[in-house]
Amino acid sequence: MNSPSPHNPSAVPTAVVSDLPNGPGAAAILSAGLGCFLLSVFAVLADASKPVTKFFTYYVPTGPLSGVTTTAILLWLLTWFVLARMWRHRTVALVKINVAAFVFLLLGILLTFPPFADLLLRK
Amino acid sequence: MEISSRGLITQIHGMLFGAFFLLAIFAVAVELWRTVYETEPRVLSGTGRSMERLYLIGTALIGWAAVLTGAYIVYPWYRAIPPVGVVSLAQFPQALLKSSPTTAGWHSLGMEWKEHIAWFAPIAMTMVAYVSIKYGSSIRKHRQLRNALLVFVLVAFFAAGVAGYFGAEIDDHAPVQGGSTAIHWMGGSH
Repeated sequence: MNSPSPHNPSAVPTAVVSDLPNGPGAAAILSAGLGCFLLSVFAVLADASKPVTKFFTYYVPTGPLSGVTTTAILLWLLTWFVLARMWRHRTVALVKINVAAFVFLLLGILLTFPPFADLLLRK
Repeated sequence: MEISSRGLITQIHGMLFGAFFLLAIFAVAVELWRTVYETEPRVLSGTGRSMERLYLIGTALIGWAAVLTGAYIVYPWYRAIPPVGVVSLAQFPQALLKSSPTTAGWHSLGMEWKEHIAWFAPIAMTMVAYVSIKYGSSIRKHRQLRNALLVFVLVAFFAAGVAGYFGAEIDDHAPVQGGSTAIHWMGGSH
C-alpha cells in the first residue's frame, strides 16, 4: 500500500484500493481463461468441419483464423463485462475461480497443439 | 543489401512486435515473481505508477500488434494459393513447405500451432495489465490474484515463445517474399 513518506511525498494513500474485493480481478481471470479455451475449441471445430470453416471465414485472405479469433475475443470481452458487473462489489471463492481458469488454459493449450487436436478428430 | 516490402513487414511483425513482446512479458514475470518475496510494500511515486501503467498497457498493445499484423497482413501472404502452372513456389510459403516431406511439419505442426496459441499471449497480458493496474501494490494482499497473474504471465511467455520460435523457423525455411517494392539498405546495388 502506498503512503506518503519523507522519501516519497507524492505517494497517495491507497487504503481504498487495498480494500477492493477480489471480484473484479476474478472476473478478468476467469474470462481470460475461458476466452483462450473458446479460441481453441473454435479452432478444432473449424478444422473438423467444412461448414464451420466457411462460417468462421470472416475475412477470406486470412481464412477461418479470422472468425475463430474474432468470435473468441468477442465472447471473452462479453464474458468479462458480464462477470465484472456481477462481481464488482463481491469477494468470491478465488481458489475455485483460479482452478477453473487454469483448467481452461490447460485445455486450451492442449487443443491448439495439432497432434492432440488430430487425435481428437481421428485424422 | 535489399529486402522486399513483404519481408520488411514480416520482420516488423516478428522481430519488432513479437520479440519485444516476449521480452516485455519476461520483465513482467520477473517483477511479479519479485513481489512474492517482498517483505515491505513498495512505494511508487505518482510518476512511477504512471510509468508502470504505461509499461503494462504498452506490453498488451504490442502483443495485439504482433497477432493482428501476423493474422491480417503476413498470414494472407503465407497461405496464398499458387495459381495453376506456377513453377516456383518461392512466393507461396505454405505451398512451398507442404511440397516436401522434410519441411511439411513446419506448416502442419509449426504454423497450425502458432497461429492459434499466439492469441493466448495478448489475451493473458491484457488481463494481467488490467488486474495489476486495478489492484496496484495491494496485489500483495490478494495472494490468489497474484498467483493467477503469475500463471497467466508464464502461459503468455510460453505462447509467445512458441509463436516466435516457429515463426522464425518457418521464415527461415520458406520466407515471405515479394511485394511491390524492394527496399534498399545502406546504398546497396539497385
